Amino acid sequence: MIALPWRPAALGLLLLVLPLAAPAQPVHPAQDGPPALTARGPDASELELQRALQGGRIEGRVTIPDRQAASLVQPAGRDWRVFHNRTLVWIGGIAILGMLAILAAFYLIRGRIRPSSGLSGRTVLRFNLLERANHWMVAASFIVLALSGLNLTFGRHLLLPVIGPEAFATLSLWGKIAHNFLAFPFTLGIVVMLLLWVRDNLPNRTDWAWVRAGGGFLGGAHPAAGRFNAGQKLVFWITILGGALVAASGYMLMFPFAVTDVAGMQLSHIVHGVLAMLMIAAMLAHIYIGSLGMEGAFSAMSNGRVDYNWAKEHHSLWLEEEVARAGEAAGAPRSAKAAGAD
Amino acid sequence: MARMKFLCDAERCIECNACVTACKNEHQVPWGINRRRVVTLNDGRPGERSISMACMHCTDAPCAAVCPVACFYTTADHVVLHDKDLCIGCGYCFYACPFGAPQYPRVGNFGGRGKMDKCTYCAGGPQQDNSHAEYLQYGSNRLAEGKLPLCAEMCSTKALLAGDGEIIATIYRERVQQRGYGSGAWGWRTAYKEVPQV
Ligand code: SF4
Ligand code: SF4
Repeated sequence: MIALPWRPAALGLLLLVLPLAAPAQPVHPAQDGPPALTARGPDASELELQRALQGGRIEGRVTIPDRQAASLVQPAGRDWRVFHNRTLVWIGGIAILGMLAILAAFYLIRGRIRPSSGLSGRTVLRFNLLERANHWMVAASFIVLALSGLNLTFGRHLLLPVIGPEAFATLSLWGKIAHNFLAFPFTLGIVVMLLLWVRDNLPNRTDWAWVRAGGGFLGGAHPAAGRFNAGQKLVFWITILGGALVAASGYMLMFPFAVTDVAGMQLSHIVHGVLAMLMIAAMLAHIYIGSLGMEGAFSAMSNGRVDYNWAKEHHSLWLEEEVARAGEAAGAPRSAKAAGAD
Repeated sequence: MARMKFLCDAERCIECNACVTACKNEHQVPWGINRRRVVTLNDGRPGERSISMACMHCTDAPCAAVCPVACFYTTADHVVLHDKDLCIGCGYCFYACPFGAPQYPRVGNFGGRGKMDKCTYCAGGPQQDNSHAEYLQYGSNRLAEGKLPLCAEMCSTKALLAGDGEIIATIYRERVQQRGYGSGAWGWRTAYKEVPQV
């Protein structure tokens, strides 16, 4: 009863202070809105702008069993769009075209590298069957993975206008299926490769001399090298470490949201895309020097044997070891027999 | 031609999920796919709000921009649709979409993604309007029958509005002026790069 006269007065006061509460009055933008609005928290557009600028998502709770659905707005999608449509295209374009340009220039200037002492006709085993089979398993899956991957970045602009939407969609669908399945032989091959070759690919002092001599690429002198020279070791570690990261990020993409949310998926795609582009560029150089760029190199991976002279020029230390080992193996029974006589 | 939009008035949404159910039923959307969902912000705390969200049919749609097979198209009413015969289920549209609208049946290898499915604004797809083929792939095409999306049509509190952007923005503006408050049009800044002036 005492409060009664007070209430209408307070209400009247409120109406004066809060013009918003009065019906049919125009509403001001939230920025200069009265405290009543501010107390309700930032409005939709403020919140969206804030998340867009500061990162993060507007998230809540959903009643459906899909945790991704609880994200209402994720402005980071915009950044991922820029990455996918621009950044990755530029990285890939520069890496791949740049590498092709370098290789073409190198070919024009230096031509095909031939053994300076000619081919001897005698050969020595460089890679055994297991090593070659594993190499080609990785190589074959890598090529299909690379082409089907590049198609997702460049195909829409380069291939789609040429072959039309239906053919392009069919091709891309098969590409996706191949990409998913070939991930497994690729990963297996990387592991086997590591086990087979890690011992010969640990960096040592010879590598430093090799690098300082420019690998003999421009001079013509042949720096000494073991089974793998510093350049090949680099290719090995690019393949192993790059391959491991590409595989790991690839499995994240293949099993969507199994262990991560949309931000993790975007990050996986970024890691996967950038590393894959760089690996493709590196492998172009590897393919070039292993085939067109150097006479006598390809047979190492085809029938496993290389020419004696080639080996002497490019892997002198390895050849010495091999010869010594062959001599030991061949000489062992003889020297055993002759031990007393000598 | 109209510029079709959705607007969810969070002050009215009571999280009854009728829009979700209506959508599921109208288009026979399979289990595990949610073209529309209701997200509750600040659940149980001051400032709790529920917002019904689906594809917003964005201006300069991010999904269309990133799709590797370019299977999206925008209708004359600015509804963003896609062609499931071309979609390869790569999932890129989900990474780019601000609202998590694209959904994927788990039919690919290793339980991966099948062809993407999302809200069509009840406007079907590239097949012949209201054909059986269109219904099977995309659900019903109410827009071709002159009707608005069912979710908004049957919203009991009329929180969810669908229709021409100008008209629903006006309805929302009048509401805010009437009652004196409103938390804004959720997703509009992100999707349409503009917000209803109130
Ligand atoms: S809400 Fe998502 S799916 Fe819909 S048009 Fe926008 S980006 Fe595309
Ligand atoms: S899932 Fe389909 S619609 Fe989405 S980006 Fe990939 S191909 Fe395009």
